[in-house]
Amino acid sequence: MSELDKSELDEVNSDADTALPDPLEMPEMVPDAMKDLHSFEAAPKHQTDLGFPGELVDDWQDVAIAKIGDLRQKYRSFRVYLDSCVKCGACTDKCHYYLGTGDPKNMPVARQDLLRSVYRRYYTIPGKIAPWLVGARDLTEDVLNEWYNYYHQCSQCRRCSVYCPYGIDTAEISMAAREIMDSVGKGQKYCNEIIAKVHSIGNNLGMPAKAIKATMVDFEEELEEETGINIKLPVDKKGADVLLVTPSADFFAEPHIDGLFGYAKVFHELGIDWTLSTTASEAGNFGMFIGSYDNMRKVSLRIREAALELGVKRIIFGECGHAWRVGYAFLNTLAGPWDFLDPKYPVPQHICEFTFDAINDGKLKFDKTKNDHMTLTFHDSCNVARATRMGDKPGGQFEIPRAVIKAVCNNYHDMDEDTIKEGTVCCGGGGGILTDDLMDIRVKGAQPRMRALRKVTEEHGVTNLAAICAICKSQFAKVLPKYDFDMEAIQSVHQLVSNAIIMSDAPKEEEAPAPEAPATNGDEPSASSETG
Amino acid sequence: MLTTIYALAFYFATILLVVGIAYRIYEYAKVPAPLNIATTPAPTTVSGVWYRMFREVALFESLFKANKWIWIFGYLFHVGLLLVLIRHIRYFVDPRYVPDLIWLGITYIQPIGKYAGFAMVFGLAGLAIRRIVVNRVRYISSPSDHLMLLLLILIGVSGFMMQYVDRTDIVSVKNFFLSLAYLNMFDWQPLPDSLPLMVHLTLVLTLMIIFPYSKLLHAPGIFFSPTRNQVDNPREKRRLAPWAKALESGSDKK
Ligand code: HEM
Ligand code: SF4
Ligand code: SF4
Ligand code: SF4
Repeated sequence: MSELDKSELDEVNSDADTALPDPLEMPEMVPDAMKDLHSFEAAPKHQTDLGFPGELVDDWQDVAIAKIGDLRQKYRSFRVYLDSCVKCGACTDKCHYYLGTGDPKNMPVARQDLLRSVYRRYYTIPGKIAPWLVGARDLTEDVLNEWYNYYHQCSQCRRCSVYCPYGIDTAEISMAAREIMDSVGKGQKYCNEIIAKVHSIGNNLGMPAKAIKATMVDFEEELEEETGINIKLPVDKKGADVLLVTPSADFFAEPHIDGLFGYAKVFHELGIDWTLSTTASEAGNFGMFIGSYDNMRKVSLRIREAALELGVKRIIFGECGHAWRVGYAFLNTLAGPWDFLDPKYPVPQHICEFTFDAINDGKLKFDKTKNDHMTLTFHDSCNVARATRMGDKPGGQFEIPRAVIKAVCNNYHDMDEDTIKEGTVCCGGGGGILTDDLMDIRVKGAQPRMRALRKVTEEHGVTNLAAICAICKSQFAKVLPKYDFDMEAIQSVHQLVSNAIIMSDAPKEEEAPAPEAPATNGDEPSASSETG
Repeated sequence: MLTTIYALAFYFATILLVVGIAYRIYEYAKVPAPLNIATTPAPTTVSGVWYRMFREVALFESLFKANKWIWIFGYLFHVGLLLVLIRHIRYFVDPRYVPDLIWLGITYIQPIGKYAGFAMVFGLAGLAIRRIVVNRVRYISSPSDHLMLLLLILIGVSGFMMQYVDRTDIVSVKNFFLSLAYLNMFDWQPLPDSLPLMVHLTLVLTLMIIFPYSKLLHAPGIFFSPTRNQVDNPREKRRLAPWAKALESGSDKK
């Protein structure tokens, strides 16, 4: 076939909409496409609950500029990254929000520049003498609004930091920007309301202790109906060996709950004495999203408190991406040392590490055919992929969840190599933007992931997408339908485990019971209660 | 007269460059990195981090993953620059005070150094064209970004002029710099009269002066980048910044 024929054919194909777009295809640049997307600002109460001014303070410019000065003395990342960028452009096509919107301010370096331009104006000699020369500008009300809008179009996924020659991490800048905005009284409702709920009640959802206990009783009944055995979901059990800290979404959202059932079955089968805690009823830590060390620390200390109170020996984290980042990378610093726990186990451990070890020790048996109605692929949650590890080898965070999936499923296929593992593209809803008022950017930001999924669906018959992040799961449940997938295509990894696990004390007469069809009420009760 | 001006200017620029960079390094080292933010998969040992840093500095590994064009041009430019700088050592030192083996090395690099100059300018030209032609890169560029490339290109071009067009008496230039180096106060050897030389030296002075205040800080900066220089061991090792330690004494922690 000649070149011409081929290109003609391509045209026909694309006309007929059969050619699959490359997941990372470059968009047409559309300046200011997303400039007006403004998520709800925090009410005064949400602000003051976290120790921030209730509303925009009068001398906000001075306060913000002083805060920049403060942060550059506290965080080496902030300081070095503001100075070091050479504007090489290597990161410009790496952000899923740029790929999905074409808005140049969603290019990582341009997102950094929103703040760097102000930093240069007030803290560097060239910016003071010749602002026009080095792209420095005054901090005005417009600039503040621009910060608010574009720093809430960043999921802090760190994909850009993988490709930057100096590892410049835009997430660090956007966390700092949010902290600066909080400090002048311009916080975001979604994040700050949720953090206040954790401080006062213990979880993102605002679910009181009584409700958690009642829910677990319901779940135990459900599990008994399904399996014929009495699988416990203990709450606040003193003297248990293991404290499970899991996102509160695991208590109410789909497919999260099925993941929780998976953990419970694994613990039951292994005879582990475990418990949930109503004090630490949330693994997620939105303090990270707003860059607030204080809030992040306060939330983390609840886990320490619960561990001491219940006298547990080890701590295991459930499936949640940013929770695992705080758990794996920060918890020791924020709430350690953990010298009162059993030194044989890392603190904390990820549920996938735990299940993986049990599988390797031959302690779990599976009927993989129970998952035969699906062909799976795995979405590497960015926080897990690029900010943490599992097991003791670098890259364990990629291998271990896949090994667990492959131990319980016969059909598995990875998505495009440059959209997984360290190059994984975000679900589009992370970093404190999983709220309905930001739905526009959530849907557009999901485009690269959805295209990669479309490709494996068409080319390899993939039917379902597994994930280990509460936010990813909620986000996918919302955006999958917008890209013509089934909302229920998203699965928890431990849901797959739950389907296939053979419980040794299950009643004999039944041939291992069939897995329940996933519950169909995947819709969350209301927008503001999506809690990741 | 001209000699005096250049002599004083070089003292000034050298002090500014050395003190400026030293001060930046001091600042970067002083600011704590309160949390482990290594971009994973990251090395789990200190030697692993050295190896990672070596790959970033010597091979531009992350840039290679990101964009092959920028990598090719950027790499040609930097390697060219490095070789050219090594070649220039000859002009500032007296062989009597240099160990034979090192001097031999510097002598050997001379012919390669010539081609390195071309590689450098070629790389720079590629980067400059990209900066204008690729709309994403143009969008993020300030005037200073274009001018920085222009400055470096002109340094290279004026250097070629001295070699190939208006041949400069390089022995006198060397004597001038040696007299500066030995601090022969006010007894500086005269610089030869040569327009390309004046241009070349003026541009180099400019580069030296702006270094500590500009994005050229990426050179020391990369060694301080927490995402690249941290060991992936947060479950084993706490890292409390001094200001974070102060929080520990509060009563909120059991
Ligand atoms: C530790 C030493 C250094 C390392 C690892 C390093 C690395 C890099 C990398 C990876 C880039 C981005 C790619 C590119 O555009 O070339 C870059 C850009 C640049 N570097 Fe360096 N560099 C070093 C030293 C220097 C020095 C001493 C200079 C002094 C002239 C310099 C001047 C530049 C300039 C001007 C750019 C921007 C190029 C552009 O506008 O696209 N670098 N450097
Ligand atoms: S890749 Fe890094 S240095 Fe290059 S433009 Fe982006 S942030 Fe700046
Ligand atoms: S951290 Fe992620 S969302 Fe934010 S700028 Fe970088 S790539 Fe985009
Ligand atoms: S929600 Fe999931 S995919 Fe999105 S940023 Fe978080 S971990 Fe990444």
